[in-house]
Amino acid sequence: MKDLPDSQERTVALKGLGTSRKRVEDARFTQGKGNYVDDIKLPGMLFGDFVRSPHAHARVKAIHTEAAMKVPGVLAVITARDLEPLGLHWMPTLAGDKQMVLADGKVLFQGQEVAFVVATDRYAAADGIEAVEVEYEDLPVVTDPFKALEPDAPVLREDLAGKTEGAHGPRRHHNHIFTWEQGDREATEQVIAEADVVAEEMIYYHRTHPCPLEPCGCVAQMDKVNGKLTIWGTFQAPHAIRTVVSLISGIEEHNIRIVSPDIGGGFGNKVGAYPGYICSAVASIVTGKPVKWVEDRMDNLMTTAFARDYWMKGRIAATKEGKITGLWCHVTADHGGFDACADPTKFPAGFFNICTGSYDIPTAFLSVDGVYTNKAPGGVAYRCSFRVTEAAYFIERMIEILAIELGMDAAELRRINFIKAEQFPYHSALGWEYDSGDYHTAWDKALAAVDYAGLRREQAERVDAFRRGETRKLLGIGLTHFTEIVGAGPVKNCDILGLGMFDSCEIRIHPTGSAIARLGTISQGQGHATTFAQILASEIGLPADSITVEEGDTDTAPYGLGTYGSRSTPVAGAATAMAGRKIRAKAQMIAAYLLEVHDDDLEWDVDRFAVKGDPERFKTMKEIAFAAYNQAIPGLEPGLEAVSYYDPPNMTYPFGAYVCVMEIDVDTGQTEIRQFYALDDCGTRINPMIIEGQVHGGLTEALAIAMGQEIAYDEMGNVKTGTLMDFFVPTAVETPHYTTDHTVTPSPHHPIGAKGVGESPNVGGVPAFSNAVHDAFRAFGLRQSHMPHDHWRVWKIASGLGLHG
Amino acid sequence: MIPARFDYHRPGDIAAALAILGEHGDEARVIAGGHSLIPMMKLRMTDLAHLVDLQDIAELRDIAVEGGTVRLGAMVTQHDLIASAELAQAAPLVREAALQIADPQVRYCGTVGGNVANGDPGNDMPGLMQCLGATFHLVGPGGERTVAARDYYEAAYMTAREDDEILTAITFAVPSGGYAYEKQKRKIGDYATAACAALVTMEGGRCTQASIAMTNLSDVPVWSEAAVQALVGTGCEADAIGAAVEAARADIDPTEDNRGPVDFKRHVAGVMIRRAIERAVSRA
Ligand SMILES: Cc1cc2nc3c(=O)[nH]c(=O)nc-3n(C[C@H](O)[C@H](O)[C@H](O)COP(=O)(O)OP(=O)(O)OC[C@H]3O[C@@H](n4cnc5c(N)ncnc54)[C@H](O)[C@@H]3O)c2cc1C
Repeated sequence: MKDLPDSQERTVALKGLGTSRKRVEDARFTQGKGNYVDDIKLPGMLFGDFVRSPHAHARVKAIHTEAAMKVPGVLAVITARDLEPLGLHWMPTLAGDKQMVLADGKVLFQGQEVAFVVATDRYAAADGIEAVEVEYEDLPVVTDPFKALEPDAPVLREDLAGKTEGAHGPRRHHNHIFTWEQGDREATEQVIAEADVVAEEMIYYHRTHPCPLEPCGCVAQMDKVNGKLTIWGTFQAPHAIRTVVSLISGIEEHNIRIVSPDIGGGFGNKVGAYPGYICSAVASIVTGKPVKWVEDRMDNLMTTAFARDYWMKGRIAATKEGKITGLWCHVTADHGGFDACADPTKFPAGFFNICTGSYDIPTAFLSVDGVYTNKAPGGVAYRCSFRVTEAAYFIERMIEILAIELGMDAAELRRINFIKAEQFPYHSALGWEYDSGDYHTAWDKALAAVDYAGLRREQAERVDAFRRGETRKLLGIGLTHFTEIVGAGPVKNCDILGLGMFDSCEIRIHPTGSAIARLGTISQGQGHATTFAQILASEIGLPADSITVEEGDTDTAPYGLGTYGSRSTPVAGAATAMAGRKIRAKAQMIAAYLLEVHDDDLEWDVDRFAVKGDPERFKTMKEIAFAAYNQAIPGLEPGLEAVSYYDPPNMTYPFGAYVCVMEIDVDTGQTEIRQFYALDDCGTRINPMIIEGQVHGGLTEALAIAMGQEIAYDEMGNVKTGTLMDFFVPTAVETPHYTTDHTVTPSPHHPIGAKGVGESPNVGGVPAFSNAVHDAFRAFGLRQSHMPHDHWRVWKIASGLGLHG
Repeated sequence: MIPARFDYHRPGDIAAALAILGEHGDEARVIAGGHSLIPMMKLRMTDLAHLVDLQDIAELRDIAVEGGTVRLGAMVTQHDLIASAELAQAAPLVREAALQIADPQVRYCGTVGGNVANGDPGNDMPGLMQCLGATFHLVGPGGERTVAARDYYEAAYMTAREDDEILTAITFAVPSGGYAYEKQKRKIGDYATAACAALVTMEGGRCTQASIAMTNLSDVPVWSEAAVQALVGTGCEADAIGAAVEAARADIDPTEDNRGPVDFKRHVAGVMIRRAIERAVSRA
């Protein structure tokens, strides 16, 4: 008898699904051998950078470039007048609006691009920028979206004068972008009018920024000999960028190559198109030389896409017993000077209509008004699916406020209202079909893990001790049960610029039994090269270590819509599994030929096809791979390759239960996270270690957002938090310890049951931290206090409640 | 974030440095650790034609404790302050304060001389030196002179130092008694929302000497004589400490910024002052 390794050992050797395989990317990153955009250096490369507006709203009277042209090394100063003949002084946004590439007569936000200085190196460019003289005439500034909608508010977008119809329907004011409505207004208003209890509150989710470690940038190279334009850039969606560049430049798509090299974090900031890309490309076309543009930190924070800035007015209705009967929400969405939100076309407020959350709310109505202000454009999904973290924050705050109104425990209120396991697939009142979930199980597990009852007892004792003057610290217990909606999305309702939001995978098996897989997505730190190889290993029986995963080069990768909104695993991960199944189907035919049996007489066994009932007669995938290239098999083409374009039938709905225990010093406003428990259910778990890493990272971003991170403006529209001194990014010192946990409720429609997890911790983390702050002060009468909960704002809460004596 | 063009000089001794400063006047500025100056140059808020780097001047690097006096060369880094066993013994308050400056990376470069010379109200060392009653040694074309730390600061970035003078050393008497440096900041790497240095000497249950100074609560560091008077002669009971806190708070004049509004800062200042005094008393 041959010494057969048992199937379990062979499974382990594959390092497939469920393995905490170490990230293959880390070898190069930890040795400083990554290759980011700014590492690209081409012979003769020039450097371009922007003259930016110091004003938030001003007319540009004149731009004097003569002095700049005299600065040694400066080759050109490009303004809107130079781009106009090419039709490139404005560009389309992903949201159906258009945006100035360079100031065309006026500027609408501080930091806006006014002129592009091209020089031999970045030092000369910086000196050139200093020498450009721009004459501005100040215009009245509006940074408050409510004031922007007043009848006599300044007109921001003169280019839209008289346009009463926008990309998403009628506009009712010169600074109004769209109104988006979902659900049943009349029924909801009636439920609210007749309810036992109604809680009403304005919940503000402040403006913040994804702030990836690497800012945005590109290198554009026009090869004048063969007419090919190559752009290396920080692109979360390289194929979409290629199509956009082709559409606006008129260059045929085969003559454009977009490459995303290593990307140092994206978090939504690198989805859209920025003036720097256009200007670099134009400069390269004009000069015939490669041109690099790379933002600095202040440029990144002040001008490229921000996140949130949602004013969410809510009303939630319930019976005396706490059963929720209706939810009403109106959002005033501050989009800044241009609508450059990155959402699927039909969803101008993203998937905010997931705002009924984890609860069985029979009746609901949502309306969203998008507004122009003198702030930077954006509104991207900062480590969340489209506007989902806003929605989760809204409902998780409203639940807490309803609990106060009812005098109920907030954990119990949630339990009463959760969608029950047997209700899935569940149709929400605002139009979604939740694929799967088991919220009660997750909730009970979470509360037991933290000894919730014990925590509440401790909290009550603390409040008593505080009232007796024995302590100045309060204890907050922040609860969250969130439901995400990720994996955009079904082509029937999800597209960006008309491009369906499918994704793709192409696999080639090499003769010696290793493989390369190429995908339409692009990792920015998520570890695709690690996890997608694991999906394939389990599907095709070749070790993950023998599979290369490649993304980001549009000349080689199949078309896909890129990586954001936790869509890679739900969509490209599914394509990978499906392509793997095609490989396996052909492999089965090859094995049948080699073993001289009928296809149906074979069964799959981890890494091989074996004859049913005769497991010692088998062909391993490695053997089959070789046969595919060296045998003439009747009726079969040689080779072993497959490609799959996957159009997901539905979104996936990951969920989780988080508990944050926080100590608050009422005198200094300082907070300390004593415990953070995060239970995530992302369906099938591909790589538990990567999941844990994603959860840690996302929670740390959530901590930042909830506790201090903001893009703040003064009344003149000046950015007050444009550097990392004031824009809070936690270090290891501020980052608490996290306890992670999980349940597994697979997605019924995804080929391997996976749902996506990268963004859950940001979506669930923000309300957990914020609810902890609110909860600490609940006993003293706090209902709502806006984020971020930095020291002075927490102190203000205490002072407003009279806790400073 | 790229500074304008400048010429770089690296003299080997103080005389050579003074000569360069003399030649270029206010076009030239000395650079120590560069961690205050270079950010200003990168933001193009400071534009200089000549930078005179002091790091090759060996005599500016010494830490000496002799005859009851501590002498810190201007180019001693904040990291050196933390690492010196001799200093930890003689003036543990300096180490405690230095540990609360920025982060290790900044402290490897940032110098004590640069920190006190700069005149930034956010710097921690000026308040500390007021608390210690230190003396600053300045050398210029006319030779050396000394200025008391408590007389050095005139307004934000305005000091008693002339443009053509170099700060060479800081001296102070080895402090006695209990000490504490309390600082509230938003995160590692941040300047103070409010900070307080305290020294308290107790003899036979009575406070015989005290010194209280504060950081980032006015456009200059604040040394509070009234707070000292409120403590000296008392047993540092709750009432006396309360009076000292109120006295110190009366001497500050914070302004609103991203760290918070004035009423918040005044309140937090009170908390920091109280904690500093209480901890110093507990160690006295
Ligand atoms: C991220 C960050 C966080 C920081 N946080 C803190 C903090 O919490 N607390 C704190 O106190 N500081 C903080 N700093 C400042 C840091 O400590 C600086 O290093 C210090 O303030 C200046 O020292 P330097 O040696 O770097 O001086 P430089 O930057 O080289 O010089 C500063 C100024 O002093 C002048 N100067 C320097 N040396 C002399 C001399 N010998 N004679 C005359 N003039 C001189 C220079 O001409 C210049 O004008 C921080 C800095 C950074 C970048």
